[in-house]
Amino acid sequence: MILPALFFYLFAGVCVASAFMVIASRNPVHSVLFLILTFVNASGLFMLLGAEFLAMILIVVYVGAVAVLFLFVVMMLDVDFVELRQGFLNYLPVGALVGIVVLIELMLVLGGAVISPGAAKSIVTPIPQDISNTGALGLVLYTRYIYFFQAAGLILLVAMIGAIVLTLHHRPSAKRQSIPAQNARNTANSIEVRKVASGEGLQP
Amino acid sequence: MTETFQFAALAPVLPEISLAVGAMVLLMFGAVMKDRALNFVSVMSILLLLAVGYWVSTMPSDKAAMGGSFISDDFGRFMKVLTLTGSAFAILLARGFLTAPGRVLFEFPILIVLATTGMMIMISAGDLIALYLGLELMSLSLYVVAAIDRENVRSTEAGLKYFVLGALSSGMLLYGASLVYGFTGTVNFAGIAKEATHGGVGLTIGLVFVLAGLCFKVSAVPFHMWTPDVYEGAPTPVTAFFAAAPKVAAMALFVRVALTAFPTIAPQWQQIIVFVSIASMVLGAFAAIGQTNIKRLMGYSSIGHMGFALVGLASGTADGVQGVLVYMAIYMTMTLGTFACILAMRREGGSVETISDLAGLSRTNPALAFFLAMLMFSLAGIPPLAGFFAKLYVFLAAIKAGMFTLSVIGVLASVVGAYYYLRIVKVMYFDEPAQAFAPMRGELKLVLAISGLLVLLFFIYPSPLVNAAAVAAKSLF
Amino acid sequence: MSEILKDYLPLVVFIAVAMGIGVALLVVPFIVAYSNPDPEKLSAYECGFNAFDDARMKFDVRFYLVAILFIIFDLEVAFLFPWAVAFGQIGLFGFWSMMVFLAVLTIGFIYEWRKGALEWD
Repeated sequence: MILPALFFYLFAGVCVASAFMVIASRNPVHSVLFLILTFVNASGLFMLLGAEFLAMILIVVYVGAVAVLFLFVVMMLDVDFVELRQGFLNYLPVGALVGIVVLIELMLVLGGAVISPGAAKSIVTPIPQDISNTGALGLVLYTRYIYFFQAAGLILLVAMIGAIVLTLHHRPSAKRQSIPAQNARNTANSIEVRKVASGEGLQP
Repeated sequence: MTETFQFAALAPVLPEISLAVGAMVLLMFGAVMKDRALNFVSVMSILLLLAVGYWVSTMPSDKAAMGGSFISDDFGRFMKVLTLTGSAFAILLARGFLTAPGRVLFEFPILIVLATTGMMIMISAGDLIALYLGLELMSLSLYVVAAIDRENVRSTEAGLKYFVLGALSSGMLLYGASLVYGFTGTVNFAGIAKEATHGGVGLTIGLVFVLAGLCFKVSAVPFHMWTPDVYEGAPTPVTAFFAAAPKVAAMALFVRVALTAFPTIAPQWQQIIVFVSIASMVLGAFAAIGQTNIKRLMGYSSIGHMGFALVGLASGTADGVQGVLVYMAIYMTMTLGTFACILAMRREGGSVETISDLAGLSRTNPALAFFLAMLMFSLAGIPPLAGFFAKLYVFLAAIKAGMFTLSVIGVLASVVGAYYYLRIVKVMYFDEPAQAFAPMRGELKLVLAISGLLVLLFFIYPSPLVNAAAVAAKSLF
Repeated sequence: MSEILKDYLPLVVFIAVAMGIGVALLVVPFIVAYSNPDPEKLSAYECGFNAFDDARMKFDVRFYLVAILFIIFDLEVAFLFPWAVAFGQIGLFGFWSMMVFLAVLTIGFIYEWRKGALEWD
């Protein structure tokens, strides 16, 4: 029984520490790398809860894709982060205050942390014991929760349109290859034999 | 575990489905036709929104679908018709902006249709997941349209500001929702209402976070900071859209969450709403006084108006909800009309936005000046215009519920607020004329005429709106 | 320890071994390698010039577009996985549910193709 508890403290500790480093490290690229460490540890926590699928998705989507996107953004912005941090100390008191308020609220919640007694009974879809949790998700996500599933699809569509509307930029000067035009070329329409009179040059 | 598919079960959701399908068909049309598609796409979007609006208004109500995630009651139908109309008119107002040379954006109407789909999901939300998905579908589209004029630094800044603060508020909302789920064991509003009484302090904190997230979406103080900047920076038709439909949808969600998920702990949220409402009314009244930019002024004005609408919710009664519904309907009408006027403020060099540009409008364009003056009187709440009745209903409800302090502060705030509305009228009628504006586009005239006449003549025949609102409000109790 | 965690024990051991070797290889040079630094050895070698400016530069926004489009389809695949696992039990309804979802994203895909977002000019 001690091993899971040990792992919990390992993951939780590293998770919090690296989350702190995300905002504390001077180099933004290091921040992103710490963010990845946070994600990996959060995924370890999911694993301890028995939510394998979420743990793996966290790795695949967040570490594999979102963090890479963040790296792009950090590099793309080319912000002088040293300059940006000048105001850091000025904001520190207010930020710390907000943080402490949230912390106290969390404590309050944890203090009364006995989840209301009727709660477990009223869970809509109880966790099945005999199947893997990926399978359990699959059983309800596409049928019972089809409404949410399709709404998520629409949100992804909007994200796609948004990304293109806001960033796609065509340079009219760019020369593109047109394969049909290339294939349609033949000797008749690309080569012309002209007689050039001596001393006059080629007249267009 | 398999559930048999029944087409009849889809019936209540059909309007949403047709909106989404319509948006996708138009997207495909736009992708194929490229730049030639704009006209067709915007006309079809408007027709689609209006047709779905009519359809929703004739649908039978009191049907929960999708396992309780979707509620189509009278309240939802009223608000949906309102948002659909608002979105349709917003696209109409954007015609001039979209057809400006060098800017061809057939995606704009499509994004608005998709945002409207999100609003309808929000309005009909029966649980926390539908609430969040609807909200995100709407917000994501709104972030994009705020930054749609991407060559313009102010527009992109507005989009970015809106996005960062919006993401923060979504985070708070999700945090609150997870606490609510943790302490009640269900995401369903009806289920939450049942469990709420023994939720304890954890549930209260969850409730506070959920309400904070919602306050951001309706731009109520203290979560209003984004409003003036986004209103000023975003292109004017986008601002018109922001001020109309999303506000209505967010307010509907606010009312629904408060009254169907947390009716059993009403005193807890009522004090929050009372505070938010007073703060919004007062800030809206005082902060707008020094503004010179008319879009910024409208931003503060909308903060104030949300405060007034929340007075109705604070009372927590059917009368109060009826007040909110009437208020939102009239507010949307007035706002669209006012923005039609702001869009008409064009000279050769492009659009102008300062209040001093309106100087002497009564002499250069008397009709425009008259309508704008009427709208300003109505926004200020001067009888017998529609804005007066809007305020009357919410304050009556508050007084009936015994909230005298709130009503008195509200009336005082509206008196202070009247000052800056009347200042605009004074500038138009008594200042030396500035250079005349370019002729108004046809569709702006149409929107202004509809809005102006509705506002002017509301007192003659108010019963359809008031009765519909009363029926809608009943369905929540 | 629950059954599910036992399944992952090999993975934990594997990661531990991998980290052990990685850390060892990082640490060993500090201990055993011969090191005699001087400023010239430590400065950046840039063909005889001093460094002109920061090595970091702005990326084209197009990288970002490609990355975000990738994420969207990545998420789509994430949705496909539980569907495939439960495919036998969710029946025709589950099948068509996913087909509709894929159709929505295919529409997005056609849109981005037609817009030329996949071209790198």
